[in-house]
Amino acid sequence: MALPSYDLAVIGAGPAGIAAALTAAELGLRTLLLDEQAGPGGQIYRNITGAAPAVADLLGPDYRHGAGLAKRLAAAPLDTRFGALVWDVDADLTLTGTQAGTVFQARAAQLIAATGAIERASPVPGWTLPGVMNAGAAQIALKASGSVPSGRVVLAGGGPLLLLVATQLLDAGVELAGLVETAPAANRWAALPHLPAALGAAGYLLKGWNMVRRLRAARIPWHRAAADLRIEGSRRATALCFSERGCGRRLEADLFLLHHGVVPNTQLTRMLRVEHDWDPAQLAWRPRLDQWGQTSRAGIRVAGDGARIAGALSAEAGGALAALGAAHAVGRIGDAELARRARPLRAALAAHWRIRPFLDALYRPPAWLLDPPDETIVCRCEEVSAGRIREMARLGCQGPNQTKFFSRSGMGPCQGRMCGLAVTQILAAALDQPPQQVGAYRIRPPLKPVPLAVLAASSPPAAAPESEPEETT
Amino acid sequence: MFKTLPGSARRGITFSVDGRELPAREGDTVAAALLNAGVLPFRHTPVSGAPRAPLCLMGVCFDCLVEVDGRHNVQACMEQVRPGMQVRLGAGARRVEAA
Repeated sequence: MALPSYDLAVIGAGPAGIAAALTAAELGLRTLLLDEQAGPGGQIYRNITGAAPAVADLLGPDYRHGAGLAKRLAAAPLDTRFGALVWDVDADLTLTGTQAGTVFQARAAQLIAATGAIERASPVPGWTLPGVMNAGAAQIALKASGSVPSGRVVLAGGGPLLLLVATQLLDAGVELAGLVETAPAANRWAALPHLPAALGAAGYLLKGWNMVRRLRAARIPWHRAAADLRIEGSRRATALCFSERGCGRRLEADLFLLHHGVVPNTQLTRMLRVEHDWDPAQLAWRPRLDQWGQTSRAGIRVAGDGARIAGALSAEAGGALAALGAAHAVGRIGDAELARRARPLRAALAAHWRIRPFLDALYRPPAWLLDPPDETIVCRCEEVSAGRIREMARLGCQGPNQTKFFSRSGMGPCQGRMCGLAVTQILAAALDQPPQQVGAYRIRPPLKPVPLAVLAASSPPAAAPESEPEETT
Repeated sequence: MFKTLPGSARRGITFSVDGRELPAREGDTVAAALLNAGVLPFRHTPVSGAPRAPLCLMGVCFDCLVEVDGRHNVQACMEQVRPGMQVRLGAGARRVEAA
């Protein structure tokens, strides 16, 4: 039986993926949009089609903007697969995935990976205890389930999302026992040269200023330039300890929300074997792209926060540009139309980028976070400590993959999603090499664990075209 | 550890956790339903038996793994709770009984 065949497949239905799919469908491309979630929105607009009005109001106009995208998506002439996990992509861009417990496949001439961002891990001693979550997780609980923390909450870390979650929880009536910012004082000086450009993004700055003002008015205990965070507790987290201006401090609470920014989710792009570069400003990996989102592999593009962190509105413009690139590549539009349609999108990208260098500098994670104490668990799945990673470097491991072989870090169910960045950075410090040289975990299919029963029950795939032999290392 | 905001219009349902019937709301993820019901921890790690609960709620951390209707290692944050769903919480590494 022939596989369903498309001009364009888009993996990820957040703002970038939706915008890409809408643009492609509007140009007449046969388009397939896939997402692991039950509906569109990604994380930023999670559950936009199902959230209660009271919850949507609490989340504000930025969240409600997603409703317009979802509405246009529902009316667009394209195929969608929700609850669909794509776990393999062949050399000819044949997708293999699982949906509703069965395996499906589809072929596409062009692929756009729009899998967004993940929160940077904040490995501090005690962070594996129940009762420690990412700040974004609290926001997801609110979006997806209309749920809020029931006890006292301490938020710790840095970044716009930390402040946003704090204000949203405040509005929801949650008791905030403390806000512990970890950005070193020096960050303000590093951010200053970028302030003029940021002033050109007054809307974003004003939003941030309003959040700060409201949190101050609520008289939440506010700590700054905190260092050496550690979480206390035996069966669950009970307190956060840190140093502030040389003094030891301790805050008790029921829930601890950590956040140190978001980074591109490169799990799919790594599995696709496209080239990545280390971004020293955002302290994360990102795929190497041209101005149409084209990666080092023909036919594969990336758009949205998965390309580089620039926010939801930027993701829409980037998704549309990638779709234009794909449409041009399959011959649907010519050079002139491509340039004409791209112009306003490039202007939008530039406008939304203006605030970024300022934010990246202001909220740069502190050095102590990136080089945690020996006893800190870095690989949560296999419980490998920072000290063990450093020991691997001393024994001669030159990068994360050798470290994986000898310590099992990265071998657990999360497949290195949580520990990858930290392991690269710890090794970089231990080997005194730049992260670009140290490298990252090699990611192999399946993209997420697939039950054997699901594979066994699937019908044999259609005869595959001749392909390159798999590399054996 | 969590609670539903008052005024939710979503239908109340029940599901079972290790044989105990617990309330939930239609549309909750299994993770949200467990957190709202105060179930902590979700699992114990295979390596050391350490207690774990969700970190990310978006399918990245794999610390919310539970058994759903006989399916093992399901990410509770990626699964919607359904009436009568049978959830079992993990107990560390799997054991093989001698024949």
